Amino acid sequence: MTTMNMVKALNSALDVMMERDPNVLTFGEDVGYFGGVFRVTEGLQARYGRERCFDTPIAEGGIVAAAIGMGAHGLRPVVEIQFADYIYPAFDQIVSEAARLRYRSAGQFNAPITIRSPYGGGIFGGQVHSQSPEGLFTHVAGLKTVVPSNPYDAKGLLISAIEDDDPVIFLEPKRLYNGPFDGHHDRAVRAWAGRAEAEVPDGYYRVPLGKAAIVRAGEAVTVLAYGTMVHVAMAAAEEAQIDAEIIDLRTLIPLDIETIEASVRRTGRCVIVHEATRTSGFGAELIALVQEHCFYHLEAPIERVTGWDTPYPHAFEWEYFPGPARVIQALRRVMGDAT
Amino acid sequence: MVVKRKPKASNATAALAQAPISNDQELAFYRDMLLIRRFEEKAGQLYGMGLIGGFCHLYIGQEAVVVGMQSAAGKGDSVITSYRDHGHMLVCGMDPKGVMAELTGRATGYSRGKGGSMHMFSREANFYGGHGIVGAQVPLGTGIAFANKYRGTDRVSLVYMGDGAVNQGQVYESFNMAALWKLPVIYVIENNKYGMGTSVERASASHDLYVRAAPYGIPGCQVDGMDVLAVHKVAREAIAHVRSGAGPYVIEAQTYRYRGHSMSDPAKYRTKEEVAQMRQEHDPIDLVRRRLIETLEVTEDVLKQIDREIKEIVTEAADFAQSSPEPDPAELWTDVLIEA
Repeated sequence: MTTMNMVKALNSALDVMMERDPNVLTFGEDVGYFGGVFRVTEGLQARYGRERCFDTPIAEGGIVAAAIGMGAHGLRPVVEIQFADYIYPAFDQIVSEAARLRYRSAGQFNAPITIRSPYGGGIFGGQVHSQSPEGLFTHVAGLKTVVPSNPYDAKGLLISAIEDDDPVIFLEPKRLYNGPFDGHHDRAVRAWAGRAEAEVPDGYYRVPLGKAAIVRAGEAVTVLAYGTMVHVAMAAAEEAQIDAEIIDLRTLIPLDIETIEASVRRTGRCVIVHEATRTSGFGAELIALVQEHCFYHLEAPIERVTGWDTPYPHAFEWEYFPGPARVIQALRRVMGDAT
Repeated sequence: MVVKRKPKASNATAALAQAPISNDQELAFYRDMLLIRRFEEKAGQLYGMGLIGGFCHLYIGQEAVVVGMQSAAGKGDSVITSYRDHGHMLVCGMDPKGVMAELTGRATGYSRGKGGSMHMFSREANFYGGHGIVGAQVPLGTGIAFANKYRGTDRVSLVYMGDGAVNQGQVYESFNMAALWKLPVIYVIENNKYGMGTSVERASASHDLYVRAAPYGIPGCQVDGMDVLAVHKVAREAIAHVRSGAGPYVIEAQTYRYRGHSMSDPAKYRTKEEVAQMRQEHDPIDLVRRRLIETLEVTEDVLKQIDREIKEIVTEAADFAQSSPEPDPAELWTDVLIEA
């Protein structure tokens, strides 16, 4: 066990997998010599050579497409898209090629690739360094979408993603890289050190795709969250002293609907929290699923707390970011307490 | 004279690139081109009968390009192309029955009917598709080349695209990466003069397409894509170059498609005379046929025998496709993700 922040945990996952499997390689913009803009690939080029960890041109479509071609030909590439906001030039390749390859070749070829990308706000990145595009990918059949919320899960999920034979979009909440962040931007920054989730095994382990985690048990209301919003929801529940059960989805596709269903059937209430814009966000899918699975157990309308339907503003970062105050309001509404 | 089903792939070395072309090889060119022509004619018929639906892009007129190229390729060299892909599959050795069955959406097709005309694959034949998005296959084929180099093999990735694709940005991302990493890849631009209904002149600021990769230091050449022998010779040299580890190469084959872009094509963008002139004066199959008879002294009987064999193969493929079952409805859900 070593205490790791999320950056170190992700680096460790790559290290473990490159050590175990010569077909695993990693590349992207500034990934090789420089070690990645957030340092996730630091030291890997020195350890594994320029053939296995290297820099690419700034050409996201080409990066992802080359990875798909490599994957179809037996390699297991892990690419980094420097910010999730830069992924759109690769969208054609992800949607039309990676996601479809298995289906339209009747299983003869597949794209066992992992696309890692830092996402989300909270660092004053403005419109094109802050977005949460997960809903664009969960909408596409043939992709898996993973969002870790802590160092232990980040490493275990990344290992599972790399070993998975399907294309995985692996979104890393960049505000959590160096410490848990509960939305209280005016308080002192906290570090991962000292928290149980930061105690990370040095070697190989997996956190399976498709298994949510109940990070706070409760009876009054179920909160569904992922990434940074897990910590925001925890803070909200503690501060409002509401007996909320908080589920960290960990993977959006495949989704652990069983855990969600069991919880909501028990609590009868559900709040969904995500940072992405509201309309057609993943929360809309969650609401649909919860009402399909739990309609006769619901005591109140399902609430969602999300980013607004605007570009991510620079000046209004904390008005946009769905912090604890907004989550508390939603919790109180579903509890029938309008105060 | 023995007629082979398909020219056996050879290891293209610099020495071989200079080797003379045998009569057997010319006959094999003839045979492979005729197979594509007759197969495509049959596909057009089945389309007209309503047995093939949706989109269907025929390769008629362009046969010399893929036959000339692939006759110089070796075992384990991979092929990836766009949606005008039937000819490529046949020349890669895929079974005409399975290809036709895929066109008709049957369970016995290469993608069990779920891919259709534009999306077929064969791991066995190293055929990586069949891609319906213009230009999207180009960086994919570049990645395949990377995998070959990474593994330390000397296999070459042949990446086909049309003249329309060369204006897609991802083609230049590919050129850059291939040159930067010295990847074993050959980009074959099949310039048939029209991207759907828009001529090269109306879509491209410069009309010599092979020079598009020159700024990246990638050598290239232009070849008469209606002359299979010319394509074959250029292909041998290019493949030897790439296999030696010298990095990528670009071939622009100037060719022509006789039929519409797809099956519904108003044909308003070119004259009937232009098409007729190409068919009469530059047909790739007629050219080889004349050379076989006039220069190589092959008898009409030998060619007729080939014609009969091809007809049989194509009829058999069409019968197979029509008599094969449609996929089970449960197939809708298979091969989406690994668990499915």
